[in-house]
Amino acid sequence: MLNIIWPIFIIVSFVYAILTGRVNEINDGIFKSVSDAVELSITFLGTMCLWSGLMEIVKNTTLMSKLTKLLSPIIKILFPELKNNQKAKSEISMNMIANILGLGNAATPLGLKAMKTMQDENLKKDTLSDSMAIFIVLNTASLQLIPTNVIAIRTSLGSANPTQIIVPVWIATLVAATVGIIATKIIIKKVREK
Amino acid sequence: MINYISSIAIPVIILVIIIYGLFEKNKVYDSFLDGAKEGMGIVIKLFPTLIAIFVAVGALRNSGLIDLIVKLIEPIIKTLYIPSQIMPLALLRPISGSASMAVAVDIMQKYGVDTTIGLITSTIMGSTETTFYTIAIYTSAVGIKKTRFILLGALLADIAGMVTSVVICNILSKSFC
Repeated sequence: MLNIIWPIFIIVSFVYAILTGRVNEINDGIFKSVSDAVELSITFLGTMCLWSGLMEIVKNTTLMSKLTKLLSPIIKILFPELKNNQKAKSEISMNMIANILGLGNAATPLGLKAMKTMQDENLKKDTLSDSMAIFIVLNTASLQLIPTNVIAIRTSLGSANPTQIIVPVWIATLVAATVGIIATKIIIKKVREK
Repeated sequence: MINYISSIAIPVIILVIIIYGLFEKNKVYDSFLDGAKEGMGIVIKLFPTLIAIFVAVGALRNSGLIDLIVKLIEPIIKTLYIPSQIMPLALLRPISGSASMAVAVDIMQKYGVDTTIGLITSTIMGSTETTFYTIAIYTSAVGIKKTRFILLGALLADIAGMVTSVVICNILSKSFC
């Protein structure tokens, strides 16, 4: 997929920039982007190691199985393939819990660990498995109890009621997640029938 | 209050994890090092993807193409009752987290935080994710090349989230006026 999208993005942007005389802007832009990526990776290296380390501690305790039990009814419905893969199930539930609590820094490392565990069971190593697809769609829907970033920005812009958007955000998130999961499940089914 | 809850959440979680580990008589320090090592491997594997995605998004943003697209699809959007002011956000949101955040702040400064447009902008920011980035990171960290239909599913979720944001905020601001 990215083998098609990535070159299209670049070619279209460059051609358009040259035609509209924005060559200098695009020059600055791409090199700024590269150094942004380095900066982000360095920050990410730190948080990733921190959370992976902490989660390793969790993994060696009984906390893991307790958390998994809490979410297991939902996970059973969403990931029917992972019947006996306890490790993947508990990593998925930890990722979901981190997302719900708004701990973006923790959610990504946990999500990547869950991906790795699911990849171990994946038969075609270069292709996304069904569980992985559902899991990623779930992560793109941003399940969040308190959208702290947005509330912080609204406060700083002088909103009279910064938390007014919490309930709208819940509804929109739930609709997005439900639509995403149902659509993905339907596509999985259609692909299998072929 | 909410700020306090969100800032206390991380220290509490770290504390609970370490105390729980000690309570069950684990070698928490050794476990931490093992985990951190694993985390490092994941980031190193990820780095090339980040560079690739950032260059493509940086090029797209700085070429001015997004502004053109907004102008082109404006008539369609108008018939759907989506304010055209939020279109740059809707287009950028799936591609870049930092860029869409910047656009969101820009929109709210221009049209007001507590107006319908401001509310829609906030709700979209809170209820959607940087879809392209999430998919790229999650798939490339485990070396997956064929992502099948996932982009379609994820973008449908984004569109549903955005349309819902528009509808809810329209209702919300009408009932307040």
